[in-house]
Amino acid sequence: MLEYGTQIVAGMTPGKGGTSVHRVPVYDSVQEAKDAGDANASIIFVPAPFATDAAFEALDAGLKTIVIITEHIPVRDAVQVMYRAKKEGVAVIGPNTPGILTVGECKLGIMPAHVFKQGVVGLASRSGTLTYEIAAGLSARGLGQSTCIGLGGDPIVGLSFIDVLRKFERDEQTKAVALIGEIGGNFEEQAAEFIATEGYSKPVAAFVAGRTAPPGKRMGHAGAIIMGNTGTAASKIEAFKRAGVSVAEKPSDVAKLLADKLHQGF
Amino acid sequence: MRLFEYEAKQVFAKYGLPTPRGFLAKTAKEAREFASLINAPVAVKSQIPVAGRAKAGGILFVDSPAEAEKAAKQLLGSEVKGIKVLSVWVEEKIAIKKELYFSITVDRANRCYVAVASAEGGVDIEELARTSPEKIVKVLIDPVYGFRLYHARQIAKRLGYTENQMTELASIFLKHYRVAMDFDAELAEMNPLVETIDGKFMAADTRLIIDDNALFRHQEFTSRPMEEAELTPQELQAQKTGLAYVKLDGDVGIIGNGAGLVMATLDAIQLYDGRPANFLDVGGGASADMMAAALDIVLSDPNVKVVFINILGGITRCDEVANGILEAQKRVGLTKPMVIRLVGTNEEEGRRILTDAGIHVLDSMEEAAQKTVELSKSGGD
Repeated sequence: MLEYGTQIVAGMTPGKGGTSVHRVPVYDSVQEAKDAGDANASIIFVPAPFATDAAFEALDAGLKTIVIITEHIPVRDAVQVMYRAKKEGVAVIGPNTPGILTVGECKLGIMPAHVFKQGVVGLASRSGTLTYEIAAGLSARGLGQSTCIGLGGDPIVGLSFIDVLRKFERDEQTKAVALIGEIGGNFEEQAAEFIATEGYSKPVAAFVAGRTAPPGKRMGHAGAIIMGNTGTAASKIEAFKRAGVSVAEKPSDVAKLLADKLHQGF
Repeated sequence: MRLFEYEAKQVFAKYGLPTPRGFLAKTAKEAREFASLINAPVAVKSQIPVAGRAKAGGILFVDSPAEAEKAAKQLLGSEVKGIKVLSVWVEEKIAIKKELYFSITVDRANRCYVAVASAEGGVDIEELARTSPEKIVKVLIDPVYGFRLYHARQIAKRLGYTENQMTELASIFLKHYRVAMDFDAELAEMNPLVETIDGKFMAADTRLIIDDNALFRHQEFTSRPMEEAELTPQELQAQKTGLAYVKLDGDVGIIGNGAGLVMATLDAIQLYDGRPANFLDVGGGASADMMAAALDIVLSDPNVKVVFINILGGITRCDEVANGILEAQKRVGLTKPMVIRLVGTNEEEGRRILTDAGIHVLDSMEEAAQKTVELSKSGGD
């Protein structure tokens, strides 16, 4: 993150206060860390049983953006964190996310920076490596990215596709949007409806992973599960198509679809 | 983690929820003894941790201990919904007036828990939600104030109950909510929750699914040998090594890193007309050891004809992956053809390791998927 140019002003590890890592001072509490460096965001890597605490500590310290990389946080805990974050107007990215990256400017996350190129595509995704796959495909085709956000692979996450679509709509750098969904939940269906009813102004292409996933089985991510008949890839793809969103058959098609749309001078 | 009905019932009973008197039998003889202890008509219920047992013939009603023994003999060792029955729950048969539905589950879109109830229980609730959504009562639960007694009363009333029955039902709902929260339930369900002919209520069937990510708070459930009954040898091995693995019915073994990428890989195989044999995510930052363990698992599936390894290194290093593949080769022998796609962190080193060992590496996922399917069609030799 430091290498990428992110201004990391402080670290926090209880018991390590007073030390430093890569010349960044480390503190015993988030409040001390925040006060010392005037931070406005926090990124959490601590193991799942402690991550909820870390999130609340960041909320208490008044940080306005919280990225939770940690995977395997219990749903009951995530519900509490999101409830409070929403009340206080705090953006939570994750849990179980690779983070957020504004190409060439700032990275709060663990993405391999080299796959991203500066450009006009805003990317929101529910998975990590698949995001890199698709971003690399976009970059190879000369379609760079503005900002890439991993919503997170858990059933309860802070941001939905709709939240991100709204932000991309207002973002001048972003001229087109790629949504990378997967089975489970209904964020994709909600996004499709939002795009159709709001008359979304920027072209959108989507990919949905998990066409071959059987119902009732967790496909790696805690949130990637078809419950009964909700959360299937078919339902999401169908919803996107109805809303006029181009749906890629395979990851590399996302770049093709967006290139076509942008060339049409959408 | 899906608890068995008998485990869920024991939990519910501990919280003061009314459940029918029952016993767990592992042999037909035990079933007979318990039936005579109950001394009334009983239900003999297969203990498998999935819904829809009754329809699949997994629940038998009998009138005598001798019949209970016969029913247990029939069920024990048989397969219900593809899962081997290792025990039966012998339970007092309830005289039912009406079947209701109640559950607490997670509402992902609203980021909270939700109470779901219906005056039409004993059915597939999702089916009901689709065909007659007006018959379902849903109450979103505030994460801070929780589900209160007045919420419970409102639901009871909307199910058509008044006076004592309303308050009795409300108290059941509230206790049920306590179970759901205390056990980190992804789903806590009474289906059916029955009204008996004398106007009492009883949780005739219960389901409790614990959030796997919260199991560290529920150590009492971490070792459950009976779960082995529902897992394939590959799934068991994956569980032991901490790999995310799902068995499918095709012949193309798949290993990748990252849940989304692996799902997309399965989809690509199918797009090119192949049939995935499994989902296997080695996760982020997989070591050579993890990679070797993953290959062990996939190669041990007799249906697998060809293996496709799709790695896009971020925090996963390609050289570690390459070493893992060679390690597996040494350990188990690469008995089946492999197609490897390897890009990302330390890509050159990873490629060199494999190319030196005579293993060909591709860099397009889709090209590799196509090649894999071709190999699977040619019999994999």
